[in-house]
Amino acid sequence: MEKYFQESIECASRDEIIAIQNEKLVKQVRHVWDNVPYYRKKMEAKGVTPDDIKSIDDLHKLPFLSKKDLREAYPYGLVGVPLKDCVRIQSTSGTTGKRVVAFYNQHDIDLWEDCCARAIVAAGGSNEDVCQISYGYGLFTGGPGLNGGSHKVGCLTVPTSSGNTDRQIMFIQDLQSTIICCTPSYAAFLGERMKEMGYGPDDIPLKAGIFGAEAWSEEMRRDIQNTMGIKAYDIYGLTELSGPGVAFECSAQKGMHINEDHFIAEIIDPETEEVLPEGSQGELVFTAIDKEAFPMIRYRTRDICRLTREKCSCGRTHVRMAKPMGRSDDMLIIRGVNVFPSQIETVLLNHGYAANYQIIVDRKNNSDTLDVQVEMTPEMFTDNVGEIAENQKQLVDGLKSMLGIKAKVTLVAPKSIARSEGKAVRVIDKRKI
Amino acid sequence: MSIKQISVFLENKPGTLKKMTGVLAAKKVDMRALSLAETKDFGIARIIVDDVFEAVNILKDADFVAKLTSVLAVKIPDVPGGLDQLLSIFSEAEVNIEYMYAFLGGSDVKSAYMIFRVADTKGAEARLTKKGLRVLTQEDITNI
Repeated sequence: MEKYFQESIECASRDEIIAIQNEKLVKQVRHVWDNVPYYRKKMEAKGVTPDDIKSIDDLHKLPFLSKKDLREAYPYGLVGVPLKDCVRIQSTSGTTGKRVVAFYNQHDIDLWEDCCARAIVAAGGSNEDVCQISYGYGLFTGGPGLNGGSHKVGCLTVPTSSGNTDRQIMFIQDLQSTIICCTPSYAAFLGERMKEMGYGPDDIPLKAGIFGAEAWSEEMRRDIQNTMGIKAYDIYGLTELSGPGVAFECSAQKGMHINEDHFIAEIIDPETEEVLPEGSQGELVFTAIDKEAFPMIRYRTRDICRLTREKCSCGRTHVRMAKPMGRSDDMLIIRGVNVFPSQIETVLLNHGYAANYQIIVDRKNNSDTLDVQVEMTPEMFTDNVGEIAENQKQLVDGLKSMLGIKAKVTLVAPKSIARSEGKAVRVIDKRKI
Repeated sequence: MSIKQISVFLENKPGTLKKMTGVLAAKKVDMRALSLAETKDFGIARIIVDDVFEAVNILKDADFVAKLTSVLAVKIPDVPGGLDQLLSIFSEAEVNIEYMYAFLGGSDVKSAYMIFRVADTKGAEARLTKKGLRVLTQEDITNI
């Protein structure tokens, strides 16, 4: 039987959701106009005032915010309430440039934790569960967000944070943890380690995992589920919008429900910035309609995906987003072709290799080179040179048909690619342009 | 009785083989024979050792991918024509050889040992035995 954290909202009718969104959006635009001069200027430049925004149908009139705006307005330029009312900041790792620093008042923390609590309940969590949070705590949103959600659900929360893998496993076994929250690459690593230690899927008390903060493939989900004997749920979020929990997966595991009472999602063409019709693939744009301290309007996520309003078997009515192919930041342009690491991962896993890989892009003689380094596994190793070479060739062919360009495949020794406790480092781009 | 050869995956990078011999040396594993198969991208080291299971565990602990492969070992006199005579028996028994390598007999200076990888190890062994050939056991190898 499907359970919900806030059933009346999560299963509200479309009309009810639209009514909530209309009311909150109008109020939010007024709030931003009055309190965020940076955004007000952008509105004025476009000739829009709060009076022009009467419902969500007017959303497209508003200017976009992007990572560039966050950099320009850093650190306080987009804060919507007096600092004395803010209670927390969180921050991104800053791997793609300047750090994003996001602000929260108590109301914002509360709604964020509600979103995470919905995700935990959707993954089958209740106050009977022991929920181990193996996301990093601190500036990163993963640990604090799920920690707050787990408290709201009433789980026994185990705040291990990331790292110290053997201690993680000790807690899983000693406290009989039933839910684990971490990045998918760390989940795969934990699974690998537990397998080495002799724990089969039946010896692992976990029943569910909530994995997010990086792109991962369906094949990786299948591997993690089989190794640990769990159901693996995706969760989505950005620091700019609060953190994990903007969208989350339910028992159907077919896309993530976006918490539409807090966030309005649009899909746009990243080139023309035009809003695309439902079902189209494009860049995901979010408007946070009731966050007060850091009120993002039409924030461009750079995530490429599609939305669906098809009825979901779980009973939730909120729109679902497909697993993003990856952030457009992760997208590589190699010999003029767009390549996402997640596409490479899909091919590797389909050919029997594990998700321990690294993509090295370089430029030699004015031409881009793509080298996919993947670890040899006991399953793929044979004494027969020809067979290994044949598998390698099939992998090269598989990559060619998925990506449209030729990649070199290098088989490397097990454990030679560094394991990550947080977000995995998948790409090394050595091109100097 | 066939014997167990350890096949080890080697990344094509300087120092990989040294890393393997290093861990085996540290644990005092005695290698009887070593053969390398290589492509331009990777290699496979094939080794015959005194204590197979110990050696496999050592290699796995050092994060090598290693597999056991059944091979046939035969002792021949170290004289001109010794191998030719042996191969004529293989030929008569219609045994197809995938690869082979050799090592000399340690303290027994008059003998050489041949290692054969064949497609159907059990069948080949039966046919060779019928021709009067004795294939060596794991124990024979340990005692060399």
